[in-house]
Parts: sequence; C-alpha cells; structure tokens
Amino acid sequence: MAKNIQSLERAAAMLRLLAGGERRLGLSDIASSIGLAKGTAHGILRTLQAEGFVEQDAASGRYQLGAELLRLGNSYLDVHELRARALVWTDDLARSSGESVHLGVLHQKGVLIVHHVFRPDDSRQVLEVGAMQPLHSTALGKVLSAYDPVAHSEVLEVDREAFTPRTTTELVDFESLLDMTRARGWAADVEETWEGVASVAAPIHDRRRMPVGAVAVTGAVERVCPGGELRPELVAAVRDCARAVSRDLGAGRF
Amino acid sequence: MTDAHTSGPFIAAIDQGTTSSRCIVFDKDGRIVSVDQKEHEQIFPKPGWVEHDAAEIWANVQEVVTGALEKAEITAADVKAIGITNQRETTLLWDKNTGEPVHNALVWQDTRTDALCKELGRNVGQDRFRRETGLPLASYFSGPKVRWLLDNVEGLRERAERGDILFGTMDSWVIWNLTGGVDGGHHVTDVTNASRTMLMNLHTMSWDEKILQSMEIPAAVLPEIRSSAEVYGAVKGGILDGVPVASALGDQQAALFGQTCFAEGEAKSTYGTGTFMLMNTGDKIINSYSGLLTTVGYQIGDAKPVYALEGSIAVTGSLVQWMRDQMGLIKSAAEIETLASSVEDNGGAYFVPAFSGLFAPYWRSDARGVIAGLTRYVTKAHIARAVLEATAWQTREITDAMTKDSGVELTALKVDGGMTSNNLLMQTLSDFLDAPVVRPMVAETTCLGAAYAAGLAVGFWPDTDALRANWRRAAEWTPRMDADKRDREYKSWLKAVERTMGWIEDEE
Repeated sequence: MAKNIQSLERAAAMLRLLAGGERRLGLSDIASSIGLAKGTAHGILRTLQAEGFVEQDAASGRYQLGAELLRLGNSYLDVHELRARALVWTDDLARSSGESVHLGVLHQKGVLIVHHVFRPDDSRQVLEVGAMQPLHSTALGKVLSAYDPVAHSEVLEVDREAFTPRTTTELVDFESLLDMTRARGWAADVEETWEGVASVAAPIHDRRRMPVGAVAVTGAVERVCPGGELRPELVAAVRDCARAVSRDLGAGRF
Repeated sequence: MTDAHTSGPFIAAIDQGTTSSRCIVFDKDGRIVSVDQKEHEQIFPKPGWVEHDAAEIWANVQEVVTGALEKAEITAADVKAIGITNQRETTLLWDKNTGEPVHNALVWQDTRTDALCKELGRNVGQDRFRRETGLPLASYFSGPKVRWLLDNVEGLRERAERGDILFGTMDSWVIWNLTGGVDGGHHVTDVTNASRTMLMNLHTMSWDEKILQSMEIPAAVLPEIRSSAEVYGAVKGGILDGVPVASALGDQQAALFGQTCFAEGEAKSTYGTGTFMLMNTGDKIINSYSGLLTTVGYQIGDAKPVYALEGSIAVTGSLVQWMRDQMGLIKSAAEIETLASSVEDNGGAYFVPAFSGLFAPYWRSDARGVIAGLTRYVTKAHIARAVLEATAWQTREITDAMTKDSGVELTALKVDGGMTSNNLLMQTLSDFLDAPVVRPMVAETTCLGAAYAAGLAVGFWPDTDALRANWRRAAEWTPRMDADKRDREYKSWLKAVERTMGWIEDEE
C-alpha cells in the first residue's frame, strides 16, 4: 500500500474525535488524545477551520465540528438506534445476571439513561429511561469519562459531589481511577453513588471504534459484591454484553 | 455459545416465517441458547401475487436446524423435542409419492383469490362461512387458495381425487418432511393452523363437509387435525433423527403462547411491519360484531381447545419505513423516536395510514390515508409524533372492539416485536390504552411459544404454571396521561379517521 499523508491522517483523527452529539474540545484535550504536540495540533486545526470543517467557540476557545462537515454527512449514532441494537443483548444480560441493566450515553455533563431492563424478579420496578446519573461516581459515568475525551473534559468541570463517604472526589484519585478503568476495560461503583447499591459497567464502541455509550449491571451490594469482592462472572457478563452490542454496531472483534 | 446458565437438555423450535426460516434452541428457563436463520426468495409472478418455493424452504429449515445445533454445540441426544411455528395460511399442494410440490406455495399476502372469494360469497357475501369458521371470505385464507390451485394446475384435480396429492400449510409441509416424507411422513396439522384454512368448523374442530363441497375441495387432500401440543411422530433421518416432533402453532398463536397468555382476557400484541393482537377468550367461541376474527388460540393434548379473538393493523412499522423510504424524513427506523421526541405533542396533527383502506374494526376499502389538522405551526417532528400515535390509536381501537365483543376489560397488554424498542411508542400506547404495557425479557416469543408447547407435550415442563414462572418482565410502561386529555385526543383521532372514508368512489 502506498504511503499515506501523515497530516491528513492526523486531521481525520481530529475530526473523528470531534464527531458526535454536542462535542466541544479544547486544544490540549485534542493534542493529548491524538498524541501530538500542541503546536502541531493547532496548525492542523487552523487549516480545518479555514475549510469550514471545524469551528472555534469564541467564548471558550474550544473546537467543534464545522457546519461544512455537517453538510457533508451527519453520521453520529442515534441513541434510539443504539437501544434497538442493544435490546436482545441487554435482555440476556439481565436474565443471566439476575440484576437490572442500564444503557447510558453522555448528555449535558451527565449520563443519560437510554435503556433500562428490569431485574428479572416479580418486584415492582419503575422504568428509568430518561433519568440522569452523575458522571463522576457511577460505573456508567466512569466508563464514559475514561473512554470518551468529551466526557473526560466535562467530568473535570463538574462539581464532584460526595454522595457517600466512598465517592471519589479528589482529581488525582479520580484520574487514577480512570487509568485503571482504561487498563482493565471496565469500571465499578460500590456504594459511591447510592448506599447499598453496586454496579459494573463496560464501554460500547461503534464501527469507528468511538465510545458511544456504556452498559451496566446494577444491584444490591450484597449480591453484586459479596464479601466486598465484585463477582468476576458479573464483570465478564457485562463485558461480553458490551462487546456483543459493539459488534452489532459494526465494531471489529477486540 | 453456551455458559453456566444454559446446561441441557434443550428444546428446539423451528419458525418457518414469511421472509425467513429460523431455528432457536432454548434451555429449561426459556433462555435462548443459539439461533440460526436463513431468508428465502419472495417470488412475485404478477402484481398482487406472492409465492414461495417450498423445496427451498425445506432445504433452509434443515440448514438452520443444523446451524442452531452446531452453534449450541449439542446433538440430537440433548434435544428433548422440536416444535414448529409458521407463517399462517400459506398454502401448498404436493405429490405424496414423490414429495414434489405441484406448484409454488401461495403466500398469505397473495391476492389472486379476491375474485374467487367474492364468487364464493354468492348472495350472502363475506360472512357466508363466518359462523362455522370465525373468518370472513378474504384472500388470506387457505381454502380458496387450494381451490385456485386445483382449478389452475393442469390435471391436478384428477390427481387429488385419486388420492395422490396432499394439502398443507407450512407446518404440515415441515412435519411431513421431518417425519420421513415419502417414507412414511405424518400428514398432520394443528388446530390453530387448521382454523386459518376456512375449512375447519370451530365448533367441532374438524373439517366442515359443507364448506368443502362449496369450495369443491376433495377431502382426500386434507391433513389430520391434531392438538397444538402432542407428539406427532419422530424425526426420521438428518441431524435430529429420533427427536419427537411435538408442537405446531401458527405464528401469532405461538406468540400468544410464548407470552404465557393462558388466562381468559390476557392479550398480546406483536408490533412489526403490521401488528397482530390476540386475546385469549377461554372456551368461548365469540362471534365478533366488530370486525375481529374468531380463531383457535391453542389446544394442549386432550384438553379443551382455547379460543381467541384476533385484530390486525395493516400499517404500523411499515408507516415508519414509509417515512424513511418514501418521505426521507428519517434515515433509520429508530430515528423516528428522536424526531418525535424533539416536540412535546403532535401539534394538532393526526395521521391515519389507511393506505389500502381501513381494516378492523371499520373494514372500509374506500378509505385512503389522511394527515389531518395541519397548520403552519406543524413541523416534521409533529408528523413523526403523529406517526407513532397512529399505531397507538389503532391498538386502542382494536382493544375497544375486543372489550365490546368479549365483555372482558383489558388489564394489561403484553407486547413484543421490533417496535417495542421504541420507548416513546410504548409510553404513548400505555397512555392511550390507560393500561400498563409490559415487555417480556425474551423478545422471541414466537419460537418460545412453539418450544413451550413441544416441551409440555414431552413433559420437559410439567404444566402452564411452570411456563408462567419462566416469564420475566423486562420493562413496564404505566399511563401518565390524564383522562380529559386522552378523551379529547381520541375524539380528534376518530374525526381524522372519518375523513379517510369514501375517498375511492368507484371500486374496480
């Protein structure tokens, strides 16, 4: 294969990064995500801006996709498409785990619940679709913050409230939590948002390997985390489910 | 893929559907262990004619059974029984000595028998056989299709009268082939499939001689009518050699069974391209005065048959497809919810998709689609909302008709099918029905129903209570709309429906 033009590859990587719902990223976030020096990144962004592919927000100085690009083809993943694709797999996850399942996406500095499968017992449960969860303390929020640079920049801005004594609020601790999440491929929330509740989440990627959402299993801490240890088969089941949905969205095997 | 939760033994189910054949393997909890599926060709020889190649279908059925067993990494020894569910009414005649179909199968959607049905109605009209069969004379049903084949395939009537020809819906074709074909295959059908032929008497559960005479169909071609859950015979040859073939149910009845609607008054609605709603009416054969069909729900072995009322909506999911393909307002079906959610209400717009007339409960073929209530305020998002509301209101009309006919008030609606992933639609449905809408955890209720019936027949599950215990609620939507608003909106919808009528003046 012929040698590719590096600056175009880098520009494409930036556009991919900026593609999504309401995405605005600062120069340093873009540069570090792609692994470029700030100066190099800035040069490419300026060129993209001149072509109308990228726009800079005057107030914050952040970058977002330009109108020209949106005209060329608006291709972000519709959350209702995500739910339709995830339906079978999340049903199966609830059934095999015996716990409730949630599907979340980034929305206005929080996690928007776009799909909810009841815990498979006969108890009364209320559908939580449309509810918002915090980014910094929930398993879904941590996964999104770890994998999606937009979520990451947003979680740094929000007030990281201590919902319980176990909530991680210090920036350094939180960043190392995200590092761990990226390293092992999943995140947990053991009584960090709600007393008595624990959950495990894993990321969903689309065909461009972009993080488009996260799936989580949530239940009573005694069941999800007996003796203080997360059940390993639960972690495996959540990750299997996330991979299955990703495959359905066209992401390659990984 | 198997895991710790899915250890054998298993039940397999074949779903011989309109567009594809599938095989699903289930475990004792009713969980899916593996799935295999293959589409078959839709043959359109003329406008309005739809055929399937039955030999292709049989080859596909064998292939998906093998595929599903291989994916589950199991053998015939792990499979306690196999159940069949199928596209209803699709009609096949084949030679019992060679096993060769004498013609492509005539698919339920095929309208070539329209004129024949009018002729068969004589001076009585559509309802000539309704008292006996529960059905109006319409081109869907098998009887007139058999007659068409006997009249139009050269020499067929003579061969049929000699006893060389067998008739069957797809359940019969699959069971006959599974149990040996020309080598001693069992020629049977179940009560639910037989109830869609227009040839079976609902009161006696046997072929009606008068109707056979009226339609000029020789009794020699007919399969034996059996219950929906009993062992019809064992598979002869192939990967399932020796496994009992233990159930047959038409697809909508199988979904009723899979949703465990075993009590009188329980109902399910399947939301696909069109929508089919069935309500269990117990041992009562309810004559509908509201344009619903009376049909057999199921029969388990020697137990009494359970009847059902059926209402169908022609255009539901296909209206969303129309918005995508013909109007270009959305790029994928799921996007209708995004567009509709961007506004709070319908902005005064109502969409009645009477694309080929109004069906139950109106039955007006002179009606055509209407978007009513348009003002400059209305945007495409309001229209998207009206599209979803159309499905919900049409469901309300069917449930109202069912309540009127049966006297049973709907307590909750169990839903399945592709459109159940649309959260806004499900909430709207609950609001308009003023009843909870419940989605089960296994979306494949059709195959599950066939598996359940087969499992009951061989004692894999002890009784229907055990099946109920398997049923899991995945989601439930409860009404949030206040009664005043619901009544006002319903009135507006009914006004819009009125405006569709009488559009076609001279029907050809």
